Amino acid sequence: MSAPLVLGIETSCDETGVGIVRGRELLANIISSSMAEHARFGGVVPEVAARAHLEALEPALRAALDTAGVAVADLDAIAVTAGPGLAGALMVGVGAAKGLAVASGKPLYGVNHLIGHVGADLLRPTGEPPSPGLDEPTVALLVSGGHTSLLLVRDLIDDVELLGETIDDAAGEAFDKVARILGLPYPGGPEIDRAARGGDPTAIRFPRGLTQHRDLERHRYDFSFSGLKTSVARWVEKRADAGEPVPVADVAASFREAVADVLLSKAVAACLDTGTSRLLLGGGVVANARVRALAEERCAAAGIALRIPPLSLCTDNGAMIASVGARLVAAGHPPSGLAFGADSTLPVTHVQVV
Amino acid sequence: MLLAIDSSAGTSVAVVDRDYGVLASRSVLDPLRHAEVIGELLAEVLAESGADVSALSAVAVGLGPGPFTGLRVGIAAGRAFALAAGKPVVGVVSHDAIALAHYAGGGWGELLVTTDARRRELYWSHYAGLDELGVPRRVAGPAVAKPDAVPAGGRRIDATEVPAESLGLLAERLRASGRASTGLEPLYLRSPDVTLAAPKRVTG
Ligand SMILES: [Zn+2]
Repeated sequence: MSAPLVLGIETSCDETGVGIVRGRELLANIISSSMAEHARFGGVVPEVAARAHLEALEPALRAALDTAGVAVADLDAIAVTAGPGLAGALMVGVGAAKGLAVASGKPLYGVNHLIGHVGADLLRPTGEPPSPGLDEPTVALLVSGGHTSLLLVRDLIDDVELLGETIDDAAGEAFDKVARILGLPYPGGPEIDRAARGGDPTAIRFPRGLTQHRDLERHRYDFSFSGLKTSVARWVEKRADAGEPVPVADVAASFREAVADVLLSKAVAACLDTGTSRLLLGGGVVANARVRALAEERCAAAGIALRIPPLSLCTDNGAMIASVGARLVAAGHPPSGLAFGADSTLPVTHVQVV
Repeated sequence: MLLAIDSSAGTSVAVVDRDYGVLASRSVLDPLRHAEVIGELLAEVLAESGADVSALSAVAVGLGPGPFTGLRVGIAAGRAFALAAGKPVVGVVSHDAIALAHYAGGGWGELLVTTDARRRELYWSHYAGLDELGVPRRVAGPAVAKPDAVPAGGRRIDATEVPAESLGLLAERLRASGRASTGLEPLYLRSPDVTLAAPKRVTG
């Protein structure tokens, strides 16, 4: 059998994504974001996101089929994010995927969003050299506004272990909140990146959550960013109360350094502890210049091979879901059937739902 | 022959035909399981009716009013189904289907239809019989109101389900008379609940 042609739908947060892949070949990756609609609220509003998904989905489906030059009838399977994510947002994608599947008689796979971020690295656009493929095992650090997870991927579709995750805010959320504290617009990631230019990352020593000796026993690979955010707020308020100017560049650079430091310290520790010499980054926070730079630095120092998929495949997208779907089809996994629902807390050990 | 879907209350799906009536219908009343049940219901009505997807002339979807999360599931499924099948989508006000069922069953005169809008409110629509083409004449609504602010008038049906077969038959009549709506905006009737909180101080 030639590589499976799969359409993937992603609606777990604020991007409506439809992608089409043939095995590891990326044929279409259409993303429609409702980010601008959330800007004045300083964070993703679930109902606003869900409404935007319903408006954007059908046009995105048409655009993806057009771009790939295929018809629904040509597909080998349909894949959709079943979770984790925002329940109401996920349900729009699940509803649409079921409509497509029943109308076309194509098998349907309900796929795990986090596994999708890992599967993204398998894809390369038509005409580019193919992805070398995922060297398994690999440690994956997935960081976005919705999740912060550290995975040990022994086999993408058969053996993924959750090493750790955030116990409060996602890292991307912390960027948004600190941006607000500094009077910067949403989304916070690029704003903090910009503001940090010329700032001194060592100016203020902000706390690194769950890195103290006593925390490491229970939370070796877990993250916490809520204390960091509060600490930045406290520092800024104190300055402002004293009538002193707030050195925005230094605060932004020091905050960003704290986040990058804790992310990469834990990711590198996970590689070393598990004897895995490969680290894969995924999620929107990968767009952050300092996170990428520090990842390169630390991985080089530790002799770890670093992989970062192209940015358009790092943020949430449907192609990454199709990629996992294609791998499931190729491995002969049975489809999910039609009875699954959206599971906002789907564990990463469930690559596909049943 | 068309496929009809409504998820404004429970989940209801049917295949109907203008000449032969209801060929198959399925409903699940549970107001929280739309995403789980929609696929199997669609597959079941297609199998039972024996309808080939290519033989359908359109897909009718209930646009609500209805609680948002569930409402979107049916509309999303209907639009995607229609895309895959290469068929047009017809949007229908869900309350109109309840009114049609009432009048088609021998009811007459004024009619008030209400459905649960949660948060101790009701969605309502007010009707005055069928027009010359057999389409319910909606004179007010759909709207959302506190129970004591819902207007009185004629018979009242507090509906807990919207039968897709009625929605489908109504869509057939609308299409036959050239009045089928291409608008597919869900009838949310409420803006998303968002409060814009100012950043809070963390020090006293
Ligand atoms: Zn994501």
